[in-house]
Amino acid sequence: MFDWMMNLYQGLPTIMQILIGIQLIVIPLMLAVAYTTFAERKVIGYAHVRVGPNRVGPRGWLQPIADALKLLTKEVILPTNANRFLFLSAPVLTIAPALAAWAVVPFFDGGALADVNAGLLYLLALTSLGVYGIIIAGWASNSKYALLGSLRSAAQLVSYEIAMGFALVGVLMAAGTLNVGGIIEAQSGSIYHWFLLPLLPLFFVYFISGIAETNRAPFDVAEGESEIVAGFHVEYSGMAFAVFFLAEYANMILISALTAILFLGGWLSPFQGILPAGAFELPVIGALLDHGIHWFLFKTAIFLFAFLWFRATFPRYRYDQIMRLGWKVLIPVTIVWLFVEGVLVAFNVGPWFA
Amino acid sequence: MKAVRRFFKSFLFFELLLGLRLTGRYLLSRKFTVQYPDEKTPMSPRFRGLHALRRYPNGEERCIACKLCEAVCPALAITIDSEERADGTRRTTRYDIDLFKCIFCGFCEEACPVDSIVETHIFEYHFENRGEQIMTKDKLLAIGDRFEKEIAQARAVDAPYR
Repeated sequence: MFDWMMNLYQGLPTIMQILIGIQLIVIPLMLAVAYTTFAERKVIGYAHVRVGPNRVGPRGWLQPIADALKLLTKEVILPTNANRFLFLSAPVLTIAPALAAWAVVPFFDGGALADVNAGLLYLLALTSLGVYGIIIAGWASNSKYALLGSLRSAAQLVSYEIAMGFALVGVLMAAGTLNVGGIIEAQSGSIYHWFLLPLLPLFFVYFISGIAETNRAPFDVAEGESEIVAGFHVEYSGMAFAVFFLAEYANMILISALTAILFLGGWLSPFQGILPAGAFELPVIGALLDHGIHWFLFKTAIFLFAFLWFRATFPRYRYDQIMRLGWKVLIPVTIVWLFVEGVLVAFNVGPWFA
Repeated sequence: MKAVRRFFKSFLFFELLLGLRLTGRYLLSRKFTVQYPDEKTPMSPRFRGLHALRRYPNGEERCIACKLCEAVCPALAITIDSEERADGTRRTTRYDIDLFKCIFCGFCEEACPVDSIVETHIFEYHFENRGEQIMTKDKLLAIGDRFEKEIAQARAVDAPYR
């Protein structure tokens, strides 16, 4: 069945292959975004000893659909004196990089839409592009709160981009390639070959700056409900607002997926090299134990849950604390670890697998 | 030494992990939210809900227009007019309770010498038009007629403690 479909796919013209590939990524991604919002409300509800949404559909499973329908039918209000063109293009500018970045993400062996050799650079470039949407949204709204929110977010994203970039440099040094698929290959062997343990500080730095990058709690000063209403998207309503929401959650899923790929070996199975080779030959369990998309999704889900758990736990950072953490803690940590790693790589010491 | 300890504590996310453990524990704990329209909590016989005017078993209304409830009402929600009937008894011609003013303190019920004005267990009601919040004598008597059994039962249960 699978081979037959693959053959059909291979026979199509390239443009059709790309279009089908985009559909195969974007549609499940949008569904995942919808159910991440649901999961968020459930997880935070449970952490508050509540039950969360449970009235729409069985156990509340239709809640995200109802939310989407509500937002679709609402009016998009254009504020007076707002820059109409920029105001409406800001949500597009926010969601486009959030979706485009998925092009180089390998879901399984060879399962990336575009096998770009400079994939890591592409990811770094696209994840930083998202901030333009936020800045433009804040400026075009002609509102003080929106402008303050976008200023905060711009400063925050610029600071954390550096730490994030350095963490990626560490991965790059260990893997010896910029190709995202190649980075996963470099981690194959066993669970001890994953970059998680040798690059542990960089893993934490990457995930923390990832949370800051997506403007999630505890780094959500750009939204800061209690201080500046809703930050950069105060003036947005209806579908324009929903697009910002989609972009935020798509970014969350992206950061989780990237953390899973760069440090936890993406679609690699944790049992590889530990169980005897015969275990992977077993009828059903073998396929589950072996490499595959399910491990990638599972690892992504762990980090996604961490995002929600953090939101339920940590109070928002003050603005100066964010800057201090970014510039005086995360960046020095990455530089020190890059130096240690560089020395070890140069003298061929330790677990550098390249 | 203290500085070193603090350094390691913050770098090992010690306090963050404590916080995560706390929320994690609540995440897994049993939820006791009452699913309201499906489940309801038990209700005391002293519950003070919507008002009602009661009648004697022979169908005569209890209220004798003594106006004690009107006097005791702290929110000035009750308005009473009265007249003398042909048989010489005094009865109300008007008995209005403004539910927007009412604070459901239950003083009217306590003040009433003939157990006429009572507060029932009804709390699920709403108004759709301006003016509907004024409970007139007719409405109050209608509620009393409809829920007399429950009202009498609640009074009987609570009687030993009065």
